[in-house]
Amino acid sequence: MTNYNFSSKFKPANIFSIILFLLSVIFIAFKGLNYGIDFKGGTLIELRSINTEISSIRNSLNDMNLGDVNVKKFGKEGDFLIKVEEQGDNNNLIPKIKQKLSDSLNSEINFRRVENVGPKVSAELLQSGIIAITLSLAAMLFYIWIRFEWQFSVGAIIALFHDVVITLGVFSLLSLEINLSIIAAVLTIVGYSMNDTVVIYDRVRENLGKYHKLEIANIANLSINETLARTIITSVTTLLALFSIFILGGEILRGFSFAMILGVFIGTYSSIFVASPILKFFKVSYKTLEKEEEKIVP
Amino acid sequence: MLNFSKINVLIIYIIFLFISFFSILNFQENKIIDKKVNLGLDLQGGSYLLLEINSDNLVEEKIQSKVIPIKKLLKDNGLSYQNFKINNQNLNLIVDDIEKFELLFFSKKDNVVNPYLDNYRSFELDYKKNNNNEIEISFSKFGLLTINNSALKQSIEIVRRRIDDLGTKEPTILQRGEKRILVELPGLKDPERIKSLLGQTAQLNFRLVSENDEFGSEELISENGEKLFVSKRIVMSGENLIDAQPSIQNQNNEPTVSFTLDRLGAQKFGRATTDNVGKRLAIVLDGEIVSAPNINEPITSGNGMISGNFTFQEATDLALLLRSGALPTPLLVVEERTVGPDLGEDSIRSGVTSLIIGFVLVILFMFFKYRIFGLIANTALIANLIMLVGILTILEATLTLPGIAGIILTVGMAVDANVLIFERIKEELKTEKSIIHAFDSGYARAKITVLDANITTLIAAAILFAFGSGPVKGFAITLGIGIVTTLFTAYFLARHLTSLVVLNNNKEIKI
Repeated sequence: MTNYNFSSKFKPANIFSIILFLLSVIFIAFKGLNYGIDFKGGTLIELRSINTEISSIRNSLNDMNLGDVNVKKFGKEGDFLIKVEEQGDNNNLIPKIKQKLSDSLNSEINFRRVENVGPKVSAELLQSGIIAITLSLAAMLFYIWIRFEWQFSVGAIIALFHDVVITLGVFSLLSLEINLSIIAAVLTIVGYSMNDTVVIYDRVRENLGKYHKLEIANIANLSINETLARTIITSVTTLLALFSIFILGGEILRGFSFAMILGVFIGTYSSIFVASPILKFFKVSYKTLEKEEEKIVP
Repeated sequence: MLNFSKINVLIIYIIFLFISFFSILNFQENKIIDKKVNLGLDLQGGSYLLLEINSDNLVEEKIQSKVIPIKKLLKDNGLSYQNFKINNQNLNLIVDDIEKFELLFFSKKDNVVNPYLDNYRSFELDYKKNNNNEIEISFSKFGLLTINNSALKQSIEIVRRRIDDLGTKEPTILQRGEKRILVELPGLKDPERIKSLLGQTAQLNFRLVSENDEFGSEELISENGEKLFVSKRIVMSGENLIDAQPSIQNQNNEPTVSFTLDRLGAQKFGRATTDNVGKRLAIVLDGEIVSAPNINEPITSGNGMISGNFTFQEATDLALLLRSGALPTPLLVVEERTVGPDLGEDSIRSGVTSLIIGFVLVILFMFFKYRIFGLIANTALIANLIMLVGILTILEATLTLPGIAGIILTVGMAVDANVLIFERIKEELKTEKSIIHAFDSGYARAKITVLDANITTLIAAAILFAFGSGPVKGFAITLGIGIVTTLFTAYFLARHLTSLVVLNNNKEIKI
């Protein structure tokens, strides 16, 4: 077993977390999130056209007056991704763009992926994404509240909130696209981070029962150390899987796996440096557990 | 925890073999049990369309049809009214005695004007009082729902006929909510033709052309730009068509659509053409004149022909539209996602590659970390994957690209259960002298933690499944099932294997 003094680092870590959290909130509030067409509406076209310059695609689309058009290279040479902002008339837009590109580019074009999301649907998707994340946080809060005491549940939820906000903050900072798969990633991060927190909390509860004399800070420290090997090994295997998706899984899964990788780091960190100090803040002791038991068995 | 009765062992392996059996079905043809994991559109290529009905016109039409009954109701009961106006989807009028009006309007007995909808416990219409004695009648929430519902049901039927007629393979057509239809067309590369076929309501009617701007006629523009006054009275509509086929007119090789009428239609058409020989008959499709030929002689056979400078493709499409019937409302594509087959193949390839590499990395890591017990964890991991595929097959679930990512993630996270257990055993070994006891209590003590830890991820997966759409749902499915199989393989398979190792040579065990 390792014997690092984690509890002495709680304070600086908390300050660090608060700063990161606030920075993330500021970025999300002022720079905003880069919503993809799933949440903003609009049209996305992925095409493959060997020997085509990105500028010629841009030029030919600029003639069409489509408003905000974004063209970028996407993965392999000759693969491009075009995003066009929401237009009034969606039903005829795609054939028009396809026709225009086929006419003005000199080489053969393979339209690999075409997506169009109308304004109503995108608003609904965004709404259900927000509901899903909120609901998952609420469900976790409830689960921990049943399985542990309320202090633990508050600690866990603050840690989760910390993870979600900072992950989104990084996405805002780097202007990475938020789409449906990022919502899936965020929810998985919530599950993963919770998983990590629960393992430490479980040990805290056990140790509280075992060592009545120890301060909560020491109990937390002991529990973190006892579970540290597991924490690291699981993070490593999960990261091995995730890096494999990130590097080899193709362009479509890149954002998703990046969010997850980020989430594994933040989630592991928060279990140790956010969720545990909160128990100290609430002065959790073996008495907390006993009180709880009295309530259950009157 | 290390003692297994023979019957337990038997049950564990029977469950494992039973589920694993289904995973094999994906790799060979089996006529008796025809189950396979379906590939999502993002992997096999194809088109996903979400269509929405726009019932505004329909609601306006329906409210207009209430005008005469309401006026009649008021007159019959001696209620006077003024300023009766039709205002889009509302009717405005001033009645003198609102209380009496309300009694009549919300009478449950034989109310033909405003029927009571039993299944919703609501009236079809509702009214609200504006200032003075002016009231505004409109459809109630459930009245609108009823209109939308029947329009949607009818639209789904017609969408299905149109798509089937095109011969698309294995289309999925489903209702989504109150106003939407989901259409999935696997293998379709370009949905434009289907979109244009679904984008037309194809309301066809035959109306007489009037000499001049007389009462009850409207001005429409014909196919060759000619302005014509056409009577609003419909001689016959597309409902009376029982068949329509593209054909080539022999005289000048012009593509046309020939149609056959049902008995009622043939009668109506016969009468109208007999009475109006020499006049012109306009064939109106979705408010535009397709052609307006002269009636040279009475047509009583119930067969006819539509010409209108069509290309053969246009004639074919028009015949298809007429055969399938008219949509009650226009359909709008509100979401569209099309993936080409080669991108699908690329996605499968990169998904499978990253799965294999991720899997090998995790297995190597676990082996170097735990040696013999690493082998056990790895055996459990392989069993886990086989069972995961087996359950996906039993459920005939749809595998998407995010779904593959879910499997890879399961590989990374599944070992967690065994890591938790092994690390716990390590701790127990420090204080416990008996190796068997150490393993025993290691498993017992880690059990709660393993359960807690996995249930949290399961909750996240369940919520994602409930709220996610399309490919993301596929991710939630594999992640969720992965957790169940992980718990099974860690607590039954791996535990049994561990017990075999420990009970057979408990002197020199190192973990």
